[in-house]
Amino acid sequence: MTDRGGVVAAATGAEALTTELPVGRPTGWWGMVMFVATEATLFACLLGSYFYLRFQYGPQWPPPGIEDPTLLKPLVMTAILVPSSLPVMWAERGIRHGQRRRLRLGMAATLLMGTTFLLLQGTEYDEKLHMFSLTTNAYGSLFYVITGFHGLHVLVGLTMIGWLLVASLRGGSFGAHRHDRVRNVAIYWHFVDTVWVAILFTIYLSPRL
Amino acid sequence: MKTTVETRSRSARRQRRPRAVLPLLSGLLLLAGCSGDSPSALNPAGTGAARINGLWWLLFWISVVVFVEVMALLAWALVFRRGAARVRHGQPLRFVTIAGAAIPFVILVAVYGVGLRDLAALGAGPGRDALTVEVTGHKWWWEVRYPDASGATANEIHIPVGERVKVRLRTADVLHSFWVPQLMPKTDLIAGETRETWLEARKAGSYRGQCAEYCGTQHAHMAFLVVAQSRAEFDAWLARLDAPARAPRTDAERRGQQAFVQGTCAACHSIRGTGAQGRVGPDLSNVGSRWSIGAGAVPNDAGHLGGWIANSQTVKPGNAMPPQPVDAARLPDLIAYLRSLE
Amino acid sequence: MSTTTGTPPGVGRDDLERLTEHWEEPRSLRAWFTTVDHKKIGRRYLVTAGFFFALAGLGALTMRTQLARPEAEVLSPQEYNQLFTMHGTAMIFLFATPMLFGFGNFLVPLMIGSRDMAFPRLNAFGYWVFLFAGLFMWASLPFGAAPNNGWFAYAPLNDVRNNPGLHMDVYALGLLFLGISTTAGAINFIVTALKLRAPGMSLNRVPLFVWAIVATAFMVIFALPALNTDNALLFLDRRFGAHFFDPSHGGNVLLWQHLFWIFGHPDVYIIVMPALGIVSAVLPAFTRRGVVGYPLIVLAIVAISIISFGVWVHHMFATGLPQLSYSFFSAASTIITIPSGIQIFAWLATMLLGRLVLRAPLLFVIGFIVTFVLGGFTGAMFALTAFDQQVTDSYFVVAHFHYVLVGGAVFPILAGIYYWLPKMTGRMYHEGLARWAFWLFFTGMHVTFFPMHLYGLFGMPRRVYTYRGDLGWNGWNLVSTIGAYLLAVSLLLVLIGVVHAVRRGRPAPADPWDGDSLEWSTASPPEPYNFPVIPQVHSLHPAWDERTVESTSSGATEDRILSHGRRTLFTSELDARPERAVRMPEPTFKPLVLAGALLVFFVAMLLAWYPVAVAAVAAVAATVAAWLWPTRRPDEELGVAS
Repeated sequence: MTDRGGVVAAATGAEALTTELPVGRPTGWWGMVMFVATEATLFACLLGSYFYLRFQYGPQWPPPGIEDPTLLKPLVMTAILVPSSLPVMWAERGIRHGQRRRLRLGMAATLLMGTTFLLLQGTEYDEKLHMFSLTTNAYGSLFYVITGFHGLHVLVGLTMIGWLLVASLRGGSFGAHRHDRVRNVAIYWHFVDTVWVAILFTIYLSPRL
Repeated sequence: MKTTVETRSRSARRQRRPRAVLPLLSGLLLLAGCSGDSPSALNPAGTGAARINGLWWLLFWISVVVFVEVMALLAWALVFRRGAARVRHGQPLRFVTIAGAAIPFVILVAVYGVGLRDLAALGAGPGRDALTVEVTGHKWWWEVRYPDASGATANEIHIPVGERVKVRLRTADVLHSFWVPQLMPKTDLIAGETRETWLEARKAGSYRGQCAEYCGTQHAHMAFLVVAQSRAEFDAWLARLDAPARAPRTDAERRGQQAFVQGTCAACHSIRGTGAQGRVGPDLSNVGSRWSIGAGAVPNDAGHLGGWIANSQTVKPGNAMPPQPVDAARLPDLIAYLRSLE
Repeated sequence: MSTTTGTPPGVGRDDLERLTEHWEEPRSLRAWFTTVDHKKIGRRYLVTAGFFFALAGLGALTMRTQLARPEAEVLSPQEYNQLFTMHGTAMIFLFATPMLFGFGNFLVPLMIGSRDMAFPRLNAFGYWVFLFAGLFMWASLPFGAAPNNGWFAYAPLNDVRNNPGLHMDVYALGLLFLGISTTAGAINFIVTALKLRAPGMSLNRVPLFVWAIVATAFMVIFALPALNTDNALLFLDRRFGAHFFDPSHGGNVLLWQHLFWIFGHPDVYIIVMPALGIVSAVLPAFTRRGVVGYPLIVLAIVAISIISFGVWVHHMFATGLPQLSYSFFSAASTIITIPSGIQIFAWLATMLLGRLVLRAPLLFVIGFIVTFVLGGFTGAMFALTAFDQQVTDSYFVVAHFHYVLVGGAVFPILAGIYYWLPKMTGRMYHEGLARWAFWLFFTGMHVTFFPMHLYGLFGMPRRVYTYRGDLGWNGWNLVSTIGAYLLAVSLLLVLIGVVHAVRRGRPAPADPWDGDSLEWSTASPPEPYNFPVIPQVHSLHPAWDERTVESTSSGATEDRILSHGRRTLFTSELDARPERAVRMPEPTFKPLVLAGALLVFFVAMLLAWYPVAVAAVAAVAATVAAWLWPTRRPDEELGVAS
């Protein structure tokens, strides 16, 4: 690619070694934080729409013909997704000390947990689709769009983590002095996890309150 | 309630007196504002609109005063502060805070209070046993019903003058907005919900209203008329709305009725006391007496009626009525019959 | 490139040669598609937004021709409805915001003394997305499939039963597509202003224009998701049978309005705020002093960007919500006029205490004050629920928001065009032509829009394609139409002025106005690296400050020249203490490829070619993966332990 030639030369100079040591927050960190802020607002709008439609709808929610959501599976999903942030943190701390192995292991563990979450969500949909779908009523639309949109974020997050894993397996990618991308992906993944808790509360717990 | 309204409009009139100060602006407003047929909010005939009219003139004069002040400062700078040398002094924060924040704050709080009072007044609807009109918005016409009458009319609301009449608003399709500038500010018609407003005309007359929320192709032609009349006239009108439509009297009218009932018309329109019971388009039981055709699209006369029946799409493109395959020989009969329905 | 300035003292010739070598992009077709230079991207934003402005303006001219007489038949109702929708949508989304983002793109790095934006490639990507999204939306017009439901597209008229065809699919997808660009731009502005300010430019020395852009960017971050949610739900309703806005299946039509205006009201300030920033930036040069009350204006900017999220219901005052909520939103809407009042009086004070130099940019600023103040009055009126209910959705509100948006955004934009044209093009404009343009524009503006107050009060609703001749509206409508033609002529003069300047204008010096901010301390147009020496900022008006000027000449130091490699300086967020020099990315095709893949995705979604859409998503993912793929480095540089 066009931007390779000068890079290696510039980056291997003695000056680069001294000046690229992390001082202050890098632009990428701020960029990711801002991106997460706008994404979080997007979820807030979706969840706000859920409560708006619910309270405009009337006393019975979910609407007649749809049972209250069962809790077991979503709780299991939570128990898998939320702790999946731990290996990410462990990996990030590892690469900060230049431990490439911890990065690889941590990413692999998270990839596994995240994929399990998505598979469970697939079986959850399979069950629910017998009862209602996106087109049944507004409740169905909310259920599938909110959980589906989150699932999409998990998928994007897993893609990022898979990408990190591949890059870290190659070698020459990350180390104690260069791990901005690891940190950014970690921020995104923590966000995806946190949002799930809000969704668990909204979709699964709130109808029972 | 009434006395406050009167003092209010008196004070509004007082406020209008210094018009000579700014003859241009006020002249502009007055010119068409009070011209005969304009449905002008500045020529109010109802309790609600009169309140807003008073509020408007208050806001108008405050704006004029503030604007003159700002322009004076600007002019001062333009006339007396020309030059090229760099200036280094002066941070008049107190001036900015007082002129830009403190004074506006005081004015705005006062105005907000007045506005809140007017809002409360608009919210004070008629009592529970008041006369009620059921208005349903359709693309692009208004269906009008009264709980006390079996019939329905379209694009025309009759109310007794001097009474506060409840108006219940629903829509059959998309959002519309119910607006009679001379009587009452807007209330939107919300799909899936019912809204209420009220009308009170202080003097007899006809007041034009129009849909004010964009509602599709023919949003421009969704007008209606509020006819405020004496209680006796209104009662007589309402009684006719409850009775069967006027029976045909001439041969032509009879042939017209037959064509109507047996033709395609009856699939969509109804006429009370006949076999025509369609529910898609407006009830035509008193169509001959209405002020317009097509919710304000064209005047209600024989020529326009014939043109409408033959092909309303040339008159009001996009409306729900397809061109009618009416036998040219039958058309005059049909027109005669419909014009007789008063 | 221009060489209007000689070698600045303090910088060696070899430094300049190295800087040129690292930053200059060749003049080739390839370079045109791969550029990441914020100045080129900024200029492209301005030109493209200007093009969409012209299209939307011609649409308005056609509509005014139709409305010149009652019951005219210039346009069919279907055509009129598409035109007024595209006029509003394009003016808001494709002209106002991108135009101001264009100014921001060009100016923010120059004003803060940086060599580029924080994310130059993201910047290029944002432009390409904006261009493609704009073309995507306008391309629907010749097919008769343009959006036709007004720019706020209320449910349920936007659903597939009431509005079949592609119209509203174009709207929903087009705005989602465009939203990617706006969000990317906003994030870029925030991070640039946080990290790339020249050393010494602590928060209390940040130019007001940059404050305005950053506040705008924050509003975008938190407001745009509401619009995106709305449009995503709409598209799901229309295409896949969801029921969010369908009351017959538990949905609610007012959900659309709430989400729309939670975005929509901040959006008014998203448009006006950077334009007010332009006013604050233009005034010092022509009043010969700094703007009065810098802290007050910053406070006003911050206050507006917060309060603007609490006033959305005033767009729904006629929908019959509870009176208590109306009282609250009415109060908030009343209060939000105060920060604007502070700014107006700060500018007036600046003019009263300064020395006016009456050039075209100042004329447009004065036109702005006159017009915007009038729009502010009617704005305060609309905050009162009772009054709003009478005049909303009439021509009175059309008058109001044109006073606010033409007054509050277009006047400052025109001021900005004349003010920065020398910096952007290296050429001076023709002052006489500019004055003609101003007077015609000012006259045209008021002749067009002032009468709208009147016929709005006289009962004429907005968005009607025609009207009856016996309602007292005819004369004033004709006046408005005449005014619209005056506006068109004036804007043509602006265009001629710009073209004339570029073609024939005399070369501009680095600082033709004796301006106060950093962009005037470098060449016109700036070299690709912006500053041979990144300045050390010592005051709020660095170009008027001797110590700052000295820091780029005799006081230049190696850590601010940074001529080895394509580099600029990171500084700390609050105090702008130097942190480290960073390498900036080289030109690349990837932003264009990514935007192209997104275009394919949105076209495929529109036309229901779902397999193509899936392929496009894969292309997007692959491009992003390649874009961010880490450079291979030796282990000792990375700092690898095991």
